[in-house]
Amino acid sequence: MSYAAIKSLVVLIGLLIAVAVFCTRLYRRLWVNLRLGQSSGVFGQWGVRARGILVFVGAQLRLFRVAVPGVAHFVVFWGFLVLSLTILQAIAEGLVSFREPDFVLPVVGTLGPLALLQDLFALFVTGAVAYDLIVRILVRPARFEGSHRGQAVMVLGFIFTIMISLTVLNGIHINMGALPLPSWRPISTLAGRLFSGLGPNTQFLLAEISYWIHLGVVLLFLTELPEGKHFHVVTSVPAVLLRNLEPAGRLRAASEFDGGAGVGAIENFRWRDILDFFTCTECGRCQDVCPAYASARILSPKLLMMSLRDHLKDRGAPGTKALLGDVVSTAALWSCTTCYACDQECPLLIQRVSLIVDMRRRLVVDGLLDSELQDALANLGRYGNSFGQSERLRARWAQALEPKIKDARKEPVEYLWFLGDYASYSPALSDITVKTAQVLQNAGVDFGILYEGERNSGNDARRAGEEGLFEMLTEKNIAALSKCSFEKIITTDPHSYNTLKNEYAFNGSGRHPVLHVAELLDQLIASGALNLRHDLASKVTYHDPCYLGRYNGIYDAPRRVILATGCNLIEMPRHGDRAACCGAGGGRIWMKEGEMLERPSEARVREAVSLDGVGTLVTTCPKDVNMFRDAVKTTGNEERLVVKDLIELVHAAL
Amino acid sequence: MNIAVLAKLVPDLVEELTIDSAGAKLDLAFARYIINELDDHAIEQGILLKERFGGQVTVVVPEGDGADDVLFTAAAKGADRLLKLTGFSPDIGNTRALAQHCSEIIRELKPDLVLTGVQAHNDLDGSLGSLVAGLLELPYVGYVSGVAIQNGAASVRKEYPGGLIAEFDVTLPAVLGIQAAEQPPRYVAVSKVRQTMKTATIESMPASAGASAPLLTISRMYKPEAAQHATMLAGSPEEVAAQLIGIFKELGVL
Amino acid sequence: MGNDVCVVIEHLRGQVSDISYVMLAAARGLAESSGGKVLAILLGHGAQDLAQDLLADEVLYADHPELTDFTPDAYEAVLVQLLGEKQPRAILLGHTSIGTDVAGTLSVRLKLPLVSSCRQITSDGKYVSQICGGKIMAEGELPVPASVVTMTPGGYKPEQGRGSARPEVTAIQPPPLTPMRTKLAKYIEPAGGDVDISKESLLIAVGRGIQNQDNISLAEELAKTLGGVVCGSRPVVDQAWLASSRLVGKSGKHVKPKIYLALGISGAPEHTEAISDSDVIIAVNTDPSAPIFDIARYGAEADILDVLPSLTEQIKQLRG
Repeated sequence: MSYAAIKSLVVLIGLLIAVAVFCTRLYRRLWVNLRLGQSSGVFGQWGVRARGILVFVGAQLRLFRVAVPGVAHFVVFWGFLVLSLTILQAIAEGLVSFREPDFVLPVVGTLGPLALLQDLFALFVTGAVAYDLIVRILVRPARFEGSHRGQAVMVLGFIFTIMISLTVLNGIHINMGALPLPSWRPISTLAGRLFSGLGPNTQFLLAEISYWIHLGVVLLFLTELPEGKHFHVVTSVPAVLLRNLEPAGRLRAASEFDGGAGVGAIENFRWRDILDFFTCTECGRCQDVCPAYASARILSPKLLMMSLRDHLKDRGAPGTKALLGDVVSTAALWSCTTCYACDQECPLLIQRVSLIVDMRRRLVVDGLLDSELQDALANLGRYGNSFGQSERLRARWAQALEPKIKDARKEPVEYLWFLGDYASYSPALSDITVKTAQVLQNAGVDFGILYEGERNSGNDARRAGEEGLFEMLTEKNIAALSKCSFEKIITTDPHSYNTLKNEYAFNGSGRHPVLHVAELLDQLIASGALNLRHDLASKVTYHDPCYLGRYNGIYDAPRRVILATGCNLIEMPRHGDRAACCGAGGGRIWMKEGEMLERPSEARVREAVSLDGVGTLVTTCPKDVNMFRDAVKTTGNEERLVVKDLIELVHAAL
Repeated sequence: MNIAVLAKLVPDLVEELTIDSAGAKLDLAFARYIINELDDHAIEQGILLKERFGGQVTVVVPEGDGADDVLFTAAAKGADRLLKLTGFSPDIGNTRALAQHCSEIIRELKPDLVLTGVQAHNDLDGSLGSLVAGLLELPYVGYVSGVAIQNGAASVRKEYPGGLIAEFDVTLPAVLGIQAAEQPPRYVAVSKVRQTMKTATIESMPASAGASAPLLTISRMYKPEAAQHATMLAGSPEEVAAQLIGIFKELGVL
Repeated sequence: MGNDVCVVIEHLRGQVSDISYVMLAAARGLAESSGGKVLAILLGHGAQDLAQDLLADEVLYADHPELTDFTPDAYEAVLVQLLGEKQPRAILLGHTSIGTDVAGTLSVRLKLPLVSSCRQITSDGKYVSQICGGKIMAEGELPVPASVVTMTPGGYKPEQGRGSARPEVTAIQPPPLTPMRTKLAKYIEPAGGDVDISKESLLIAVGRGIQNQDNISLAEELAKTLGGVVCGSRPVVDQAWLASSRLVGKSGKHVKPKIYLALGISGAPEHTEAISDSDVIIAVNTDPSAPIFDIARYGAEADILDVLPSLTEQIKQLRG
């Protein structure tokens, strides 16, 4: 049998084996586990989804949030696509080599520009991979803590080898005159020059060796794809295609299983979530922005996904661990502030916050929550506020005000102002609440409040996993609101804003637009209804509240308002959708603090203090004001930094 | 182990209490009712004993605002039978009558152990537990903060002042006045309670006629007129702190 | 029917408790207006010396090994027989772990009305009781011809019930104390090794207003800066935010510091009875109607979570 025939046979067998192994592993790893999961509902809006593929996969949009590695990945990804035809070429030429030694793919094998692109990409990819290897092996950034370095290096090695072997192969074939369009392949030509001094038999041998290395590693890589983080090569496109199109601030309703609400075992997850476990690339960008990880290292969003994926492998083995407690620690689940930084950062739009909430739902039903959270939830259930104070005291802050604020329960108003617990009950914040009323009155806004009829909006109770309590609170609020006559709802509390806008059932018809007071102020200033006569002329910085910024995309309105007061706005390094959470969300403000390296609120205050000349930290969330004022005291920065609500700036500028 | 827990609802002290115009009763218009905190501990202790030693827990609550919620919450924690005493409203000064009605129910239930809070803040004519024990001629130990069952008898920890504890062996059946359960009353998810409302049933136990009229009359109720009232310091927290420092200096502490 | 007033003396491990003297003082007024005697009832074993400073017209003393320590059944058996014979105008017991264990059964067995949480018995035969966490006073006729009363401290000073002359002691034959259903197995001493707050002169006490365990550190900080020891009321110790040795209250320690800083404590009777001997009480609470302000010398309607850090900081600055 001639070498060419053997070559064809080996390629065929190798291909069949590789494909068989790949398919078996694909079935065992992905298909079996997807079938385990619960229904994910119907998917629609295919136009939006297709555009998503172009943006998030094609343009690799989120990858550029970490710039240089983003560029490197862009190169490798597009290189993979462009060079996929070279792989096809290699397989095809191997299969038919017994008949046609110099087989070239029809059409695509004759396009000069394509050949040039492939040639250049081989070089770029090699460069990108070399960079990645240096990062993985030498630089070792923090985001990779916990990721499988060996696997990453192995795959980078594969790609490097594939590129080099391809280039050498092409180069030698150019020398031998066996590759068309040599003028379109400058890199390969250059590579070929390295071997041009060797005899034709040697060159042939080297070319064949390169070929076998090339094909071998390609097929090996194929079989390895389902085994580790590189599965994302397969799963990323369906994952992005089938991504959650609901607003970030809208959680899914709780599902019911034998044990109760929420997720208590891996098979309680929807299959769409299980797909995400295999899509996680262990890149660690989520870990880098997680405030819980930074402050206490108990929760890593990345390790969470990885352990869920690993648990699927172990499932069914004797002595299998329990999902809650063994695979995922309850401490980790309770550490999350639901700030959404991880979900914002993830290049493949994997959503972790909703998984954590789903698991918290089961912990709540099973009674596995710390005593302080229990007390807060009990107070919410009984008194409708987390402070455990009488409902009748909710509007005590308004008692002394003249003119008296309209009672929205008794007369129609244009704007119904929903205050939230902290603005109503916290004595330290009542000053800001009063100023809010004064600013609105000054601008001639027709507004009213619910007085004692308001209850906690339920946003944080829901994120703490107490779905039943959330339902109860929303029922009470909707009952109160339905008796009122109003056009729009305004609030100073981003948490209330989020749930009123995204999760309250009455909003389905869009009849009641919900505005954060920053949006309203922005409108009033623009229309001239609110006249800011004084120029504050101080240097300030602005903290984007999680539930206003990342969850609802309101970044510019508060900034315009700040500038309208005449302040000079200097941004902190982490601002906009990278703003660092104060640590109070997701019910964390109600829980035991635990051991911490550094409180998220203190880290944020230090960040503000690091800005030269900035003496004021501005924000528009009562919990943020509360947390940062405490942090200013505990970090000893009382002389250096003052924390103000946006309303206080506007009030001073009137 | 057959355990009965007697629980009642009392006005929530979070709300402001007012006296009615006649001056001898509480104005209940704005009163909110909450389970007597020590009865909540008694329920918790009962559930803990069931979890540890097996058996059945029956909870008895007199009817009133919030009674159903208390019963369903107890069921969601693990109580087996829910009994609501109907036709009788507990009030300040008629705990003895309540004790008589409860005793009738206990006589039917024949439990090994009766648990109830050692007192309620609106007790005026005695605590429910000690009166029930008297009526049923059962042993009674109050201020209990720990219960164990050994060889058909109860070993209870009784609190004395100064942090001293006395361990008593009590023959069963007995009545215990609970000061504190071994762990604070557990939280039950709202969804679980709502679920329980669909599956659990509350049995009505009508109060028999002929319970004694209150032996106590209340001629006047009023807010305590303090012989003195504190000199109040005003201002922001920082100003208050500064004034406190002034006081500390005067008293020689600073 | 008799006119005498009987007081059931409480003693624990060889010491007569203060409430006994308070009851004797209360009994005096009632006995005078009803024209009877104050009879102190002392049950024990070899405990006759405890009678020496009781301000009573007569001490009825029953001695029996079963009465060495208080047990509900033994006391009930003796008291039912004795009081059934004596049929006094009133029977006073402490509103305590001892008194309330037998008051209910006594009132049922003797078929007498029971008044609880009584702070004062007026000269015109009225009871004055404190209920609803100390927020409400209830007043009414002390039922005739006879009643059982459980008394709380605060209406009388113990000194008013202490006598200089040893009263007449009459021995009483207790009934057979056959197998008792309640037996004392042992005493468990409070956890030692910690500071004894009853001997401290500056106490920083925290109540529900501290809200969570993490905030206890604010009080600790103040204690470090100002001096003094952190202690707490029942809700704080029940949650194990402070050790039980730091409990101030009916079931905890009675304290008599120079300064008692009551932070976020409402002032329910179970707590205030244990701090009434303090020289100066300073209270901070967000509830202006909290009963603590009625016994405090100075008070502030403020949030302790704001005042504490500010106070600590200002003291630090003062000290330089």
